[in-house]
Amino acid sequence: MGKNMLKRIDLIFKNEHDTDEILSKIFKRSNDDLINDLIGSGLKGRGGAGFPTGLKWKLTSEAKDDEKYVICNADEGEPGTFKDREILTQVPHKVLTGMAVCGRIIGAKKGFIYLRGEYNFLKPHLNEEIDKFHAILKKLGSDFRIEIFSGSGAYICGEESSLMESMEGKRGEPRNKPPFPTEKGYLGKPTVINNVETLAHAWTIFKYGPKKFRDLGVQDSRGSKLFSVSGDTPIAGIYELELGMSLQDFVDDFGDDDCKAVQVGGAAGFCVPRKKFRETAIGYQGKLTGISLPTGGSMMLFNSSRSMYNVLKNYLEFFEEESCGQCTPCRVGCQQLLEGIEAVKRGEKHQHYLNKLLRLSETMKMTAKCGLGQSVANSFSSIVENFREEMIY
Amino acid sequence: MTDIQQLVGELVKKHGTKREKLLPILQGVIEKERSLSDYAMIEIAKQLGISAADVYGTATFYSFMDTEPRGENIIRVCKTITCFMKGKNQILLALEDALKIKLGETTPDKKFTLLETNCLGWCHKAPAMLINDEIYTDLTIERVHEIIGEYKNK
Ligand SMILES: Cc1cc2nc3c(=O)[nH]c(=O)nc-3n(C[C@H](O)[C@H](O)[C@H](O)COP(=O)(O)O)c2cc1C
Ligand code: SF4
Ligand code: FES
Repeated sequence: MGKNMLKRIDLIFKNEHDTDEILSKIFKRSNDDLINDLIGSGLKGRGGAGFPTGLKWKLTSEAKDDEKYVICNADEGEPGTFKDREILTQVPHKVLTGMAVCGRIIGAKKGFIYLRGEYNFLKPHLNEEIDKFHAILKKLGSDFRIEIFSGSGAYICGEESSLMESMEGKRGEPRNKPPFPTEKGYLGKPTVINNVETLAHAWTIFKYGPKKFRDLGVQDSRGSKLFSVSGDTPIAGIYELELGMSLQDFVDDFGDDDCKAVQVGGAAGFCVPRKKFRETAIGYQGKLTGISLPTGGSMMLFNSSRSMYNVLKNYLEFFEEESCGQCTPCRVGCQQLLEGIEAVKRGEKHQHYLNKLLRLSETMKMTAKCGLGQSVANSFSSIVENFREEMIY
Repeated sequence: MTDIQQLVGELVKKHGTKREKLLPILQGVIEKERSLSDYAMIEIAKQLGISAADVYGTATFYSFMDTEPRGENIIRVCKTITCFMKGKNQILLALEDALKIKLGETTPDKKFTLLETNCLGWCHKAPAMLINDEIYTDLTIERVHEIIGEYKNK
């Protein structure tokens, strides 16, 4: 560790409180101009899926409806992710500004922060910040209003359509897509939903122009990103780094000199074994050579004292519990994968059974209704294939 | 009028009767009562003009909406990967020892309920637990006994 291979970036948590000034400048600019800045910056969603943010706002601005909504996704439930909490603690005004500007551009009067129930303790402080922010908006003649909506302990509610079902007072079961929220979102109205970090980056882009952001990162993966670093590392915490970094450099900086695997992107992400650190880059697909892994920023390090069987079992228990149970491939698939690896470990099933389980996870990827069921195969196949012996003996 | 009727009435007055207010209303009852009784759910259904099955179906989807009676202080220990790696099992044992109950149980004096939950978003300070809305991180066995001592004296 401690080789300092990677440049530390200081944009998101930079202590800037000139909200009045920035907002009044932004509000004087045309919507087209602002959207062009966002598109020009290359910003992609930081919640995991990586949809271009400028395009999302543009599509929603073009949707015809009197009522539209902006939602900030602060459900942050992916194991190993804790950056959004820190943004909302340290620089909530940047997120609120991103929401208000989005509201102006798409024509929404109302914004919501969907805050996971586990973060209820943030509410008093966040509500104070919202009150202050409303006062600024009022001075500038904007009637945009923001409200907190609390979750109640359900990982799946981070999935955007499930989140909207939940806000409508229902079970948080994902919807079929299309239609996408840009067309039919909360209460069936066109809705922009963005991750907390995405909205905070919008502040940087509107304040400093798209170039400053675009100059960071590589190819299709532009800008900086917050990484939540945990597990076997002497310096667990939150770090802002450039996209496109090599996993080897990351491990040189953050590992404990004994790192055998890194789980990139949480339980829904991929496990990379030591031999693939060098060829793996962290960023969105497209033009990066070797393997490129997108991520919501969760980086979990495992050293040689860890059993990858235990790691996979813990992930599968997580998915089995958090699956909404709405579709069969995911509901039954998660159970079968978990029971399957336990049976192989106990010697009740032959090791070839793992191949059957791998095929099951591939079927889930193709047939599950939402990202939860579709992504179980990521960690399942990357752990089983790279650490097969640990699964058996 | 019973206490629950009055509580639901107040919540409905504050939030209104639209379906999209169901979660805030359920959360309001949980905040006061710690769990949702059948009676409370039927009352909410009546006042919102929806079926009790709808209320029950919605509530049981969410892990923080308990429909079994719970203690005044609900302890939720994180069991997800990093906390698991950093000694969550010892923390759980220490809690069982301090409270003299097993995982899933409530103390006879109804002061504590001990549960597990998934990643709390504090993995860099694992192991972690929630007591009601309060977060405790970097837990050790000693720290657990201290914290429970403080709550017992509250
Ligand atoms: C199971 C599941 C859980 C998710 N959880 C979150 C979450 O906690 N926070 C988040 O921002 N996005 C989460 N997402 C992604 C959202 O569906 C959505 O893509 C995102 O909020 C869009 O914002 P962005 O474009 O700014 O990333 C999740 C997706 C899935 C499939
Ligand atoms: S994939 Fe899983 S979480 Fe998603 S809709 Fe199907 S059952 Fe629910
Ligand atoms: S794994 Fe326990 S807080 Fe994240």
